[in-house]
Amino acid sequence: MSDMAWFFSKSSDEGIVLTSRIRLARNINGIPFPHLMDKETAEKVIDDIKSSILDSNSAISRDFEVIKLSEINQNQMLSMVEKHLISNDLINNRDISAVMVNKDNNVSIMINEEDHIRLQVIYPGFKLKEAFDMASKIDDLIEERITYAYDTKLGYLTSCPTNVGTGLRASVMLHLPALTMTKNINNIITTINQVGLTIRGLYGEGSNALGNVYQISNQITLGLSEEEIINNLIAVTKKIVEKEKKAREILLEKQSIELEDELYRSLGILKYARSISTHECLELISKVRMGVEMGIIKDVEMDKLNELFVNVQPATLQIIENRELSPKDRDIIRANLIRKTLN
Amino acid sequence: MLCQRCNQKDANVHITKVINGVKTELHLCDECAKQSEDINMSFNLGMPMSFQNILDGFVEMLGGVQKTYEEEVCPVCKMTFNDFRNKGRLGCSSCYTSFATKITPIIKRIHGNIEHTGKVPKRTGGEFKVKRDIQRLKEDLKIAINKEEYEKAAKIRDEIRKLESQLEGERGE
Repeated sequence: MSDMAWFFSKSSDEGIVLTSRIRLARNINGIPFPHLMDKETAEKVIDDIKSSILDSNSAISRDFEVIKLSEINQNQMLSMVEKHLISNDLINNRDISAVMVNKDNNVSIMINEEDHIRLQVIYPGFKLKEAFDMASKIDDLIEERITYAYDTKLGYLTSCPTNVGTGLRASVMLHLPALTMTKNINNIITTINQVGLTIRGLYGEGSNALGNVYQISNQITLGLSEEEIINNLIAVTKKIVEKEKKAREILLEKQSIELEDELYRSLGILKYARSISTHECLELISKVRMGVEMGIIKDVEMDKLNELFVNVQPATLQIIENRELSPKDRDIIRANLIRKTLN
Repeated sequence: MLCQRCNQKDANVHITKVINGVKTELHLCDECAKQSEDINMSFNLGMPMSFQNILDGFVEMLGGVQKTYEEEVCPVCKMTFNDFRNKGRLGCSSCYTSFATKITPIIKRIHGNIEHTGKVPKRTGGEFKVKRDIQRLKEDLKIAINKEEYEKAAKIRDEIRKLESQLEGERGE
């Protein structure tokens, strides 16, 4: 379980900014994009990218493990999605795709997703610049042996023109329970869309924000430098964090007993429930987390909440249990796991 | 027909529900319909708007819908522009050149820009990187002059000259 130590780690300065993520899209010059690729070419792409990392003299290279998607089972794949190491698109391409993951589980290089290379770095807390530096370093390492599809005018060429240019998607994952409870989040969503950023719930497009966790990322990848894109995101994130803090203050000031009641009830359900869905439990963990951060709930360790946030999710839960579970059994085992962790 | 809920007004909203093969009909007036939980006016289209949808809109707007035009094919990957329109994905990096006249305006719509100003590949970027640096320094120079930071401006100017001569040197070799 400790392999998820990076996830929501203590070093997270604000508590509100859970993680910072950088993703770079890159393609190899002269090779068709993955959706037009035959299996043989796909193998070669995997091998070339693999050796660009593993055969380099860099200290980074020793840390990586290569996993071919065709060689792992559905649960293992889904658990990697839950841990943000791979995307659903990579699973859809499982016949031709692979991923390289480092020891700390904070760098993953997806091979043959929508583009040949989707390099991703996730750091706990508000560390976008550090994450970009790391991604850029690995990017340079790969480029030592691989010639990228690059155009002097358009920049890095990608399968979808929405990623062309820097190929950079920078994002932060934010925990915004107070803004959600007070419905101020809708306002923020509208505003954010106006400044070239996008906000969505934690797991994928279209889904609502599970556990009050939102992801904000840049939309535009061309015409701005990486630094400008990241600085914009940092500026907006700081404002949102301020608003979340303000919302918490106002809740505490104006509805202190209602808030305290709500937070403790959430803790009560988590501690005593005998069957609980992922959705409900993420919702409750979110509230307890806020209670701990605000100093209202004192006898719950943040580390345990962080651990639960990842472990209660369906695929990860089944991996911990080491067996397939029906949805009903999952809810029961999830409740057991939470009770064991919190009591 | 009178509204089945208030029994006062004319029913002008008719709902037929089929749940597990059991059909139920409901006839309501406007007002009762608004309050009815059976009608939820906010419905889900099933999928968020995808890039393909938007792309299609762009292509139409930019006049790419003439049915008679000859199918353009990327000579490298054999993908056609229509394939791109349907899939929202290009076939290979050469597609950007093959369909340049059609794709450039689309890129401009998406990003508001068609000029990359970011990272340059370290190994293969070479001369281009120097040019990019010069361009960036020239912008810094303008800012410094506007702010009347002349000492800083002089330093930036020297830097630009150094890079320019480096570029000349590389070309001369």
